[in-house]
Amino acid sequence: MSEEIIIETHDLTKNYDGVTVVDHLNLRVAKNETFGLLGPNGAGKTTTILMLMGLTEPASGSAQVCGFSPTREPTKVKRLVGYMPEKVGFYENLTPRENLKFIAQLNNISDAESHSRTEQLLEAVGLSDVADLKVGKFSRGMKQRLGIADALIKKPKVAILDEPTAGLDPEGINQILDLIAGLPQMGTTVVMCSHRLYEVQRVCHSIGILSKGKTVVQGSLDQLGKQALAEGRYRIEAETIQPTPQLIDIIKGIQGVAKVETRDNLLLISADSDLRAEISKAVVQSNFPLIQMRIQEFSLDDIYMKYFHEV
Amino acid sequence: MITILQKELADYFTSIRIVILFILTLLASTAGLFAAFQGIRGVDLPEGFVFLGLYTTQGNVIPSLVSLLALIVPIIGIALGFDAINSERSGGTLSRILSQPVYRDSVINGKFLAGIVTLSIMIAATLLIVFGYGMRLIGVTPTSEEALRLLIYFIFAVIYGAFWMGLAMLFSVLFQRIATSLLISIGIWLFFSIFIFLIAPAIANNLAPIAEGSTPAELVRNVELQQMLMRVSPNQLFSEATTALLLPSLGGNPYIIAMSPAGAYMLPNPLSLGQSAILIWPQLTTLIGLSAICFAVSYVVFMRQEIRAT
Repeated sequence: MSEEIIIETHDLTKNYDGVTVVDHLNLRVAKNETFGLLGPNGAGKTTTILMLMGLTEPASGSAQVCGFSPTREPTKVKRLVGYMPEKVGFYENLTPRENLKFIAQLNNISDAESHSRTEQLLEAVGLSDVADLKVGKFSRGMKQRLGIADALIKKPKVAILDEPTAGLDPEGINQILDLIAGLPQMGTTVVMCSHRLYEVQRVCHSIGILSKGKTVVQGSLDQLGKQALAEGRYRIEAETIQPTPQLIDIIKGIQGVAKVETRDNLLLISADSDLRAEISKAVVQSNFPLIQMRIQEFSLDDIYMKYFHEV
Repeated sequence: MITILQKELADYFTSIRIVILFILTLLASTAGLFAAFQGIRGVDLPEGFVFLGLYTTQGNVIPSLVSLLALIVPIIGIALGFDAINSERSGGTLSRILSQPVYRDSVINGKFLAGIVTLSIMIAATLLIVFGYGMRLIGVTPTSEEALRLLIYFIFAVIYGAFWMGLAMLFSVLFQRIATSLLISIGIWLFFSIFIFLIAPAIANNLAPIAEGSTPAELVRNVELQQMLMRVSPNQLFSEATTALLLPSLGGNPYIIAMSPAGAYMLPNPLSLGQSAILIWPQLTTLIGLSAICFAVSYVVFMRQEIRAT
């Protein structure tokens, strides 16, 4: 991951009717990464995105997207950024092809190129079969897929996707997440808003959590995972019978183990890496039965919950 | 902006709305022709203006084409404009369009222009149908002056339609709901096309009462007051302009008489085109001004509006 910053905000603030929706927000998104923007409803995610797109003017503070200010040079930013709004809508009397062509024309993309891009993207989002149906007949999920194709038709440097998987079936979610995960390699930085933490965890390199218009925490997932669990990234559960303090000491002695707790017959071990082999060996060699073992990777829920309990 | 204009035009021409409006204009021209067919023999048209009679003559029950058009043009204008912006907003397409590298004003300009093009095509179609069939019907060809007067009338009608479209578009910018903008546009149209003509005499009689033995000065005052009130309505402006353009003979033209106090003593000769133009000049500028105000206000409001979709 190069450390070039593509989106940066500096004390970005926005008020609606006297209520501060976004409050001195400082975000940094590195180039060619997938950035997850999280936060409870009404945290100011959509407003932040609108300000990044130059669709809404900030009350104070500034933003830089691809080196341009969305307030002062909105068209330059819009040329480089693909945006999929939360409530995405299309012209219902046109087919997906026509809808995409219109957007391509607005971006001054030549007909030949827009044609090949359109076919490629419809294929990628799984809409090739219905490309000649009117969008009015589409289900919500199909529109959502078209919305992603729409955001990508201009080969954007940055794609801002607001809830890209809302309303999709499980298979569709996988397909779209795979597509999103592949974007950074093609030179598109992704900023994605979602409430589904496991999706964010699956595709995002780093995240920012917003609450009441402020950044609660921001950083790469690995780093935050470590912080959230404070001890290590992996949590291993081992069940045995009546563990003794000696056993616990032995396990603590294994390199990489950060903490051991007991609950009845369960040993809860926090570790830096997957140490199941070493732990099972240690348990058996100390003449304790090993009934079962489970490994739990940290999940984004842990991070999310941890920071929300603090707020 | 050309792209948006093209798209809007394509939209208009593939919509059911346009089919209905075209049927409406077709009906209007048929009715107008029929009215002319019934009535044109009975009216004493000055020489050189017989062809215009096709447009202004009313039948036994059917009103003349110009009065039908005065009714239909605002409807077309409102139908083209009332959901211009808020349908995009509620459909979720507005934020998508505005996140493309286009200036925000080109969206509203494109829509307005597309509306004007559609409006022009419809009005031109109506006028030309009558033009063609009328020539066959009465066997009189139009003089060049008549053709010129018709052209000016056409421009007038387009501007008049543009005013209603601009007004409807303004409401589509101001109100989120399509039903609200439509109802308000229609309400205003009803007020200006019907109610104001009922209210104006009443107000005038109240402020400048006339009785059996009123002096001419009092009578004139009453009429002038009525006129002034009615001229608030763009419909009145349009119908005055229509009369001056297409019924150029002074005799039997109450508007022109009222406009010039000495009118009653004038000879019933048709006015020359230049004189008609002078008569309609204020109406023309006012209508253009009103359309411009409507468009400018919607433009400014739209440019400053927040784009939050929900």
